[in-house]
Amino acid sequence: MSDLLRRLTEARGVSGNEDEVRQLIIEEVTPLADEVRVDRMGSVIAYKKGTRSNKKVMLCAHMDEVGFIITRIDDNGMLKFATVGSIDPRILPSKRVRIGDKAIPGVLGIKAIHLQEPAERERAVKVSQMYIDIGAKNKEEAEKLVKPGDYAVFDSECVYFGDNKVKSKALDDRVGCLTLIEALKSSYPFDLYACFTVQEEVGLRGAKVAGYSIQPDMALVVEGTTCSDVPGVDPHKHSTRMGEGPAISIADLASYSNKKLVSFLIQCAKNANIPFQIKESISGGNDAGEIQRAAGGIMTAVVSVPCRYIHSPSSVADLDDINNTIKLVQEFLKGCEAI
Amino acid sequence: MDAKQFLGQLIDVPGVSGYEDKVSKLIMKAFEPYCNEVYRDAFYNVYGKKLGSKSGHGPKVMLAAHLDEIGLMVKDIDDKGFISFTNIGGVDQRILLSQEVYVHGKEKLFGVIGAKPPHLQERKEAQKAVPMKELAIDVGLPAAKVKELVSIGDLITFKSPLVELEGTNVCGKSIDDRAGVVVMYETMKELEKLVFSGEVYFVATAQEEVGTRGAIISTNKINPDIGIAIDVTHGDTPDAPKSDTHAMDKGPAIGVGPNMHPKLTKKLMDVAKENRIDYQVEVAPGLTGTDARSMQVSREGVPTVLIELPLRYMHTTVETLNMENVKKAAKLIALFIASMEEGWEECLTY
Repeated sequence: MSDLLRRLTEARGVSGNEDEVRQLIIEEVTPLADEVRVDRMGSVIAYKKGTRSNKKVMLCAHMDEVGFIITRIDDNGMLKFATVGSIDPRILPSKRVRIGDKAIPGVLGIKAIHLQEPAERERAVKVSQMYIDIGAKNKEEAEKLVKPGDYAVFDSECVYFGDNKVKSKALDDRVGCLTLIEALKSSYPFDLYACFTVQEEVGLRGAKVAGYSIQPDMALVVEGTTCSDVPGVDPHKHSTRMGEGPAISIADLASYSNKKLVSFLIQCAKNANIPFQIKESISGGNDAGEIQRAAGGIMTAVVSVPCRYIHSPSSVADLDDINNTIKLVQEFLKGCEAI
Repeated sequence: MDAKQFLGQLIDVPGVSGYEDKVSKLIMKAFEPYCNEVYRDAFYNVYGKKLGSKSGHGPKVMLAAHLDEIGLMVKDIDDKGFISFTNIGGVDQRILLSQEVYVHGKEKLFGVIGAKPPHLQERKEAQKAVPMKELAIDVGLPAAKVKELVSIGDLITFKSPLVELEGTNVCGKSIDDRAGVVVMYETMKELEKLVFSGEVYFVATAQEEVGTRGAIISTNKINPDIGIAIDVTHGDTPDAPKSDTHAMDKGPAIGVGPNMHPKLTKKLMDVAKENRIDYQVEVAPGLTGTDARSMQVSREGVPTVLIELPLRYMHTTVETLNMENVKKAAKLIALFIASMEEGWEECLTY
């Protein structure tokens, strides 16, 4: 599991440019599925035929991640960029990135503290003030390596550390992709569609068409979600807590989960002694929002792995939470047909 | 070992000001093949002594580049095991979010610097840098374990290994001033090819970032005729004023101003010109923020010159250096030392 999670999180796949991670997922699911197809948006749909019923269950995790797109190359060889997906600009100074298909290394620098006015040190740096330095002498040299429209990702190794913890970029939502791959290893009475969607981070766009084309009887979305059990946050504002198991959503800004599915998830967790928590905030949204409304109303629910420092190069998750999420999804699949 | 390999090794070893034991040992080992004698003092200053092969009364030259680095220190551990910290040396709080670190407790612990998620912050907060006191290190361990392994006052260093960028540029942490140590290392190699008289002391100085303290101690001990400080200066970037920075590809900068000896500085520039080594001029109207400030006024005074390597994003984890400037600086310093013929005392006068 740890090796696959490493490969999944280190693969590049900024929304709209998911090639590398898509290829990896196709390789992983091909031996497990009856049919693997890439839809018109670029999402991977792995189909596993049911042993007896014709019911269709959709599992969904997004393969895309937040990142950057190069907008311009300046005369001095520096690259201007825009963020793709939601990134707090304050995390950007002094970070490394990889640009384009050749993964050209670059850095997000800011002028040295010695050259700043005291007031500047208190102000957040804006994306418009920043640039990526690849070490090119000038525009001409930079143009040999990079062009506007190239995507860039955080350069961040997957590290296992602490007490069963993992740090990497893109835990949101490669933990979901991992869960789907694990689910494909078993057979089910119903038809299973494991959808690895694109463009979640820019508006749940891959899930919309995948949901429409599959038209499942129900869909379970597996996510990496915000975990705010950190200093400076009142306990009642902890959306999820690390180490307390998969988080089941009641509602968020994109969808209300189907009550029957939520009850069933809770029952599955209790029966199998899997720790779980209810996500205690309704902020954010995910693919469930679009799947739910894609084709005449589809029952959806969401299970998430709590991820601290989400949408950063160093997001952190608990391996037990990941394993318990995998287990909970498997328990759900064992009995969901009856719902 | 080539210059880039040595730099890569150096920046991976912790050596926050005042705690330079490990890095000083690594430097001693690297200096040994090229020096007649290598030792260190109680402050972790490393001294490499190299004698010239030519007889005669050559000068005693001392080179200084600091081996210490900026870093962080554990201030407190909360009930959940999150570690709060303060800075040692000039750390820009704006680079800290999402940074990877090592906490050097009873064990070396990997951790990340986090803060509360953006959606839980007031709108106004997004315009402000997150203050250092609101940041915490997450080492992924239960509080009891953290308290067992980590104590208040333990050191924290950044994790940021050397990466090659386009051309001859490299980036990483603590290139300020481990690159200066590499210049000394390369100067030793250059001197092997040259004939000179006198003795050269290569001193990797401790505690520069907190007040050039290693330079005060080591210069006093060596009592050199000539001092050469090697440090970094700001490389050009779009967000910094041109007048405060230097080009990355036009050679090392030579310091000019009251902190540097005028005649000796002129000689250094002459050597550069004669040997077609390009250099830039760094004008320092007062004291420089380098070891040169202390070397110059050691004991009865030491005529001192300053050579600086342009470095982008100084005091961050992505400090960016052109390795060509390391080579050029080393060559220039070696030729400068070898140029000290009989009567060298003349260039120390006014």
